[in-house]
Amino acid sequence: MRAAVVVFPGINRDRDMVRALEQVTGTKPYTVWHTDTEIPPVDLIVLPGGFSYGDYLRCGAIAARSPVMGEIARQAARGVPVLGICNGFQILTETGLLPGVLMRNAGLRFACRKVRLSIENNHTFLTRRMSPGAVVTCPVAHGEGNYFADPETLARLEGEGQVVFRYAKHTNPNGSINDIAGIVNASGNVVGMMPHPENMIEPLHGSSDCRVLFEGLAA
Amino acid sequence: MKARVTITLKSGVLDPQGKAIEGALTGLGFSGVEDVRQGKYIELDLAETDREQAEQTVKAMCDRLLANTVIENYRIDIA
Repeated sequence: MRAAVVVFPGINRDRDMVRALEQVTGTKPYTVWHTDTEIPPVDLIVLPGGFSYGDYLRCGAIAARSPVMGEIARQAARGVPVLGICNGFQILTETGLLPGVLMRNAGLRFACRKVRLSIENNHTFLTRRMSPGAVVTCPVAHGEGNYFADPETLARLEGEGQVVFRYAKHTNPNGSINDIAGIVNASGNVVGMMPHPENMIEPLHGSSDCRVLFEGLAA
Repeated sequence: MKARVTITLKSGVLDPQGKAIEGALTGLGFSGVEDVRQGKYIELDLAETDREQAEQTVKAMCDRLLANTVIENYRIDIA
């Protein structure tokens, strides 16, 4: 399993992601710069977390228009799995690869804590080692993770099983509609999530609850 | 030409920043503030001299970058 991790200016979780992927899959991922217009053939493209372009204009808005995104859209259309974490999720919604938008947290506070995530869809490339309804502990660290979509989009996401992760009861850190923490596109190969599973995979992290997600990637 | 773009949240979209401003205004003793919505204002200096062309270009800029039309409306004033 060879992955590519995309780096935009202001991204800061790229090395955590590289380490997590290398640890679990045994292969060091490529890192791809935002101005690159080609990505070598890979089994997975990851947009990691951080604060691309300082969250100027809207979080993810400027990164979403960078040269590499055209190539990511082409690879996604060919069925290559794409995973966006945190700012990566925001970038994917800004490009339109995923529906909806991530807004300022309802409580206006930056949320940096552990949440409980329930697995709502275990048929994605990320969750295939999980059982449906399983709950894992996972850290979040964001100021704009409040997922919003218009009622028709939301009904489609819920009806088609496109909600992949939901914050477990009473742990929604941001006011996200229907407690949505992560979604998948209609074709099933683009996943975006606000929490940071790459920071919960080894004993040093306090728990390795999310390692099983990366093991799903490696499968 | 100068283009002024005003970006506002669509009605029905929760605006926690507007709510916080509303709370702070009430806290300062300004009574009767029934709702606050926060938006963005962007000024562009354009080389274009044709008003209609400028408006079209700025509209494309709004649709492609300046606004997220899932949650935002925009208004363009050309001067």
